[in-house]
Amino acid sequence: MNYKVDENGFYGKFGGAYIPEMLYPNVEELRQNYLKIMQEPDFQEELQALLKDYVGRPTPLYFAKRLSKKYNTNIYLKREDLNHTGAHKINNTVGQVLMAKRLGKKRIIAETGAGQHGVATATVCALMGLECIVYMGEVDIQRQAPNVARMKMLGAMVVPATSGSKTLKDATNEAIRDWINNPEDTYYIIGSVVGPHPYPDMVARFQSVISEEIKAQLKEKTGNENPDYVVACVGGGSNAAGAFYHYLDTPEVKLIAVEAAGLGIDSGESAATSVLGREGIIHGSRTLLMQTEDGQVTEPYSISAGLDYPGVGPLHAHLHQSGRAIFESITDDEALQAVLELTRLEGIIPALESAHALAALGKIGAKPNETIVVNLSGRGDKDLTTYLDRFELHGK
Amino acid sequence: MENRIKTLFNQKSQELLSVYFTAGYPNLEDTVPIILELEKNGVDLIEIGMPFSDPLADGPTIQQSSTIALRNGMTMPKLFEQLKHIRKYTQIPLVLMGYLNPVMQYGVERFCQEASEIGIDGIILPDLPLSDYVRDYKSLFEQHNLNKIFLISPQTTEQRIREIDSHTNGFIYMVSSASVTGSTNGNAMANTDYFQRVAGMQLQNPGIIGFGIHNRETFTQACNYASGAIIGSAFIKALVQEGSLQHNIQTFIQSIKQEA
Repeated sequence: MNYKVDENGFYGKFGGAYIPEMLYPNVEELRQNYLKIMQEPDFQEELQALLKDYVGRPTPLYFAKRLSKKYNTNIYLKREDLNHTGAHKINNTVGQVLMAKRLGKKRIIAETGAGQHGVATATVCALMGLECIVYMGEVDIQRQAPNVARMKMLGAMVVPATSGSKTLKDATNEAIRDWINNPEDTYYIIGSVVGPHPYPDMVARFQSVISEEIKAQLKEKTGNENPDYVVACVGGGSNAAGAFYHYLDTPEVKLIAVEAAGLGIDSGESAATSVLGREGIIHGSRTLLMQTEDGQVTEPYSISAGLDYPGVGPLHAHLHQSGRAIFESITDDEALQAVLELTRLEGIIPALESAHALAALGKIGAKPNETIVVNLSGRGDKDLTTYLDRFELHGK
Repeated sequence: MENRIKTLFNQKSQELLSVYFTAGYPNLEDTVPIILELEKNGVDLIEIGMPFSDPLADGPTIQQSSTIALRNGMTMPKLFEQLKHIRKYTQIPLVLMGYLNPVMQYGVERFCQEASEIGIDGIILPDLPLSDYVRDYKSLFEQHNLNKIFLISPQTTEQRIREIDSHTNGFIYMVSSASVTGSTNGNAMANTDYFQRVAGMQLQNPGIIGFGIHNRETFTQACNYASGAIIGSAFIKALVQEGSLQHNIQTFIQSIKQEA
């Protein structure tokens, strides 16, 4: 089975570029150039220097001793939360902003859910002196206020998306409309492995540094570069794509993709696309999609703004359908429990998104001699208000 | 029977007025009355919008009309039911316009067959890639005598315009400027180089200009470069002015067709 994108932009039957003609020239320009540009020595040199000295890579692979003891297995945390700006998102924005510069673009647009991708985009735009416009759902603007403040501080314009569920899906629609309206000078930095080809492949490649490092670090620590499990949360699926990438063709490494069940799979308030979705088209990609019988996109729900998406990247749809990855779903409450657990056992406050991956530890059933790598995709600073509310810690 | 779009262009090649509206808006059962009223007022071609929850190429007006139409209960089966007997009442060319996902869920083959049975003449699906159409659906559309109408934009290269032209029948939908639907920022007709360039290409299909055409002035300008123009968002806004549907349609279409 092949898990890499094919020459037509598909992963199995998922992927492609289902876009209006107005977007075709831009997407085609990118498709024709992205691999060539990524392979240029001076591009790689600039990218690697920024990843090292600016982003702070490699991020540590940390053996979580107390957490391991609790689950009676061996748990390593890939500390993407220690990246500059607090999540894995910047691995991709650093790469894409360099891509935009080489394509001669002057204006950068992005969508954001939890705000991590928005902050990571605003950050690299400040670094490069580029204009930055971030679309964010009105609901997310309220629940991720610290990241909105950071984006503004960095000089980005944050534009509320007021249609539909006013979350990530709608922010993405608005960003795509902006790109249609500004086809000449604008580059769209998509934040996940979603959208029309070549975005899913390009973003996965920029994020693949995560599994590249895991392999080397695990080899150094255990003598074996292959863990038994790699666990990552999936909204669109960029951190999972990065953590899985170099293990895709190593079947003995089990890949666990963790989706947000929201209030429960059958509650009508969920974002577990692999369970609730069926084949459809969203944001230019053929993938699994939560939708009505009539093909209207359903409004998803999760406490985590970063997982609140009705689709999933086409790579993950393929991994699900082929059985290469095992999909788990975690409710809001289970994720919150995992937040508190990691915080109190290891002194690390995880992001709500990453907490979904941590909460899956109890469902995997790993043996004492096995090794699990959990991709700790982001830190919880942006979620502190939610945490204080839910754990009733105000005024204590 | 000859396709009605073809018949139309054989009879008339200038100043064609095409109007887009969203099916099921402002009220669920307005679809057929709007079609009949448009015909009565001398519109040449009608595009019936199939509402979608996430219309990427549309501005706020069509987005909002789609949201309301869906809330009103519009679905693909409902639309086909409403249009079932439309050919008893009118022979105006009818085009269905919408996004691929609802059509895909309905089943492309079933969609084409039922559209053809009703007497639909053309289909516009902006997010169906040309390559997918040619590979998977072209013979199906042709078998059902459905014209597949493609969009081009000012950024579309000459080579690609020629490729699109070779797979299109009916007309080519020329997007006026880099914009989603309904934009009246700047002048939709400012890009005269593009219109002249396309006009000079001697394509096999006639062109109709759409996006941003909203009054008599922009309509007339568009007709200088193409066989006609499409009005969508401005018509949808006019539908919900104070007054009856009939009155609003009559007033709006007259304002386009007649000099003030």
